Amino acid sequence: MTPAQRRWIFLVAGAGLVAFYLWGLTGLPGFGNYPGPYGTAILRVAVAQTQATGVVSAVNFDYRGFDTVGEEFILFTAAAGMAVVLRHLRGERDRSALDEAAGRDVPATSGAVRMVALLFTGPAVVMGWWLASHAQASPSGGFQGGVVLATGFVLVYLAGEFLVFKRFSPVDLTDVVEAVGAAGFVATGLTAVFLGMPYLKDFLPLGQYPGAVSSSGTIALISFFVGLEVAAAFILIVGELLDQTLLVRHREA
Amino acid sequence: MAVFPFVVVVWILGVGLYGIVTSRHLVHLIVCLIVVQSSTYVLLLGVGYVTGAVAPYYFDVPDHTPAVDPVVQALALTDVVVEAAVTALLLSFAIQAHKRFGTLDPQELASLKG
Repeated sequence: MTPAQRRWIFLVAGAGLVAFYLWGLTGLPGFGNYPGPYGTAILRVAVAQTQATGVVSAVNFDYRGFDTVGEEFILFTAAAGMAVVLRHLRGERDRSALDEAAGRDVPATSGAVRMVALLFTGPAVVMGWWLASHAQASPSGGFQGGVVLATGFVLVYLAGEFLVFKRFSPVDLTDVVEAVGAAGFVATGLTAVFLGMPYLKDFLPLGQYPGAVSSSGTIALISFFVGLEVAAAFILIVGELLDQTLLVRHREA
Repeated sequence: MAVFPFVVVVWILGVGLYGIVTSRHLVHLIVCLIVVQSSTYVLLLGVGYVTGAVAPYYFDVPDHTPAVDPVVQALALTDVVVEAAVTALLLSFAIQAHKRFGTLDPQELASLKG
């Protein structure tokens, strides 16, 4: 099939899609008037039932916690799959982090980049932990916190050398942290089963004040585990991709 | 204007699909896939929006203030993070394709059948 034929087939199919979509739009209640019964019901009961003021976190880690287990394992599988796909193939070997080709020096990291990255490393780590541990109160949670936490480690790479990044985040350790994060979520759910309750039922004390750090029982705990898992997964992903720049292929060598 | 956000959804979807169909570079194709997926975020958040409502956080507003739908927000939130990881996996496939076949053009790759 030539590219022109392909484009024509797409344009015909796309026109059909748009026609049906616009037809479907006439039956929608219109932007801003969504009658969504499920969301409304959760909004009515969430704060009283979970003592969490962040209803999005309550949905993620309690009401639809089972779905989030699935989402988390997609993340886990993607990170693991990357490690498999990017494994060292026959004929590939590591070279040193420095470019050894004569006359092709890698430009040194500029002082400005180094300083800004170092300045933001600490705040990024603190911010990540803060987000991961305040899911029950504010617009935050393990997913956002984990990504910000991983940013802290990437800043180490930006500020210094690749090898410093690898020393700060050894693959064995990040592997373990990722596994602990994923297993912690599942184990929290199973604990409820052993206590004679449904899977992922909130079995911890809910606390006195809605939105306090100690409130909401397992929502805060699960958010913490998700934070570990997400941070470790992203550090692994960045590490894997950076490793690729150090590979020498057999044909080139 | 009541349907404007939903028209934006189909526009983003269409632009992304057009990019995928006509792509000549695997990395470009993956970016187009992200664009397609972004249309679902606009759709989810657009569907859950309620005019005049607050964000679904009751930390500093009284209980039972009308809020936008928290369920679609939770869906979009997890999806953003998972999408980033899946994109990384796809990019690693692109790296291996380039290693093995020496090209990143999907149309050349299709004819290689290596």
